[in-house]
Amino acid sequence: MLTLQIVPYGEIHNLGSDDRIKKLMKIVKDDKIVLMQGRLEPEEETGLIQKTMEEVKKSFRGIEICTIYPEEHSVEIFDKLRSQFAKMLLGNREGITIIGPANIVKEIRRDPNKIQLYTFNKSPRRKRK
Amino acid sequence: MFSNLFKGKRHIKLGIYGPPNSGKTTIANRICKDWLGEEMGSVSAVPHETREVNIKEKITVKHKGKDITFNLIDTPGIATRIDFEDFLKYGLSEKEAKKRAKEATKGVIDAIKWLDDMDCVIAVLDSTLNPYNQVNITIVGNLAARDIPVLICANKIDKKKSNIKKIEAAFPQYEVIPISALKGTNMEEFYESLIRVLK
Repeated sequence: MLTLQIVPYGEIHNLGSDDRIKKLMKIVKDDKIVLMQGRLEPEEETGLIQKTMEEVKKSFRGIEICTIYPEEHSVEIFDKLRSQFAKMLLGNREGITIIGPANIVKEIRRDPNKIQLYTFNKSPRRKRK
Repeated sequence: MFSNLFKGKRHIKLGIYGPPNSGKTTIANRICKDWLGEEMGSVSAVPHETREVNIKEKITVKHKGKDITFNLIDTPGIATRIDFEDFLKYGLSEKEAKKRAKEATKGVIDAIKWLDDMDCVIAVLDSTLNPYNQVNITIVGNLAARDIPVLICANKIDKKKSNIKKIEAAFPQYEVIPISALKGTNMEEFYESLIRVLK
């Protein structure tokens, strides 16, 4: 069974970077896949990778992560400024971040318009009669 | 945009970043061979061959009457997962694979720590692979957040599967230089762009 845990923006909005990373890591280390509203700051993404590397061992081999973010380069300047102002007030809740444990998620393939999540096939063991 | 940015600095630190096996050390070797006459590090088909940050000091690149001197910093590949079992497929023993995995995790941490010290970065992407990879996006995003100038190298253009247009589409706001560090293809354009970014 695959468990997806939704993390709404409101749950991480008031947390500092370290606590955000800790919270996400805890879910992933419980073998669940995180579906987080919004995205981490670039420095938080590298912080998450660092934390992941510190914790790699036989039972935890890292993470797969993918962020989908709305295209910004085609947006009109006024809309861009308005969106940046909104982000300042409300935080960056645009987009979605998927994080899964590497022992479950083999690969997350992303093209601009779609995400494909590949998991490891664990063939069911046959019961002996 | 970056003109005069490094004027007055004694040693520009030029970092080479990218995911494992994108050809970072091959580019570092090509630069060192072209301008120092010696290689910088060993390369291998086994991922995470470079597990420590390597530095080559005072490399002077000259192109069309211009020159620039920098310290070249080759970093371990940044990855989000490291599984020792992946190394077994390359014929390593379990002991060697576990050792390599342990060193590789430390290498990733060190590479990230070094980001703040860089004056400029060459982001090396394997042009035969899908560029919409979170490691690529995280590296480029971090450089942008830190205001570090970046030159994106679409490496391995000698391979059939190479797709430069896909990299250009993924990073439209950056200059993408297609090269084959292994064959030395398009290095003139690379050095020209490098001097332009560093000057």
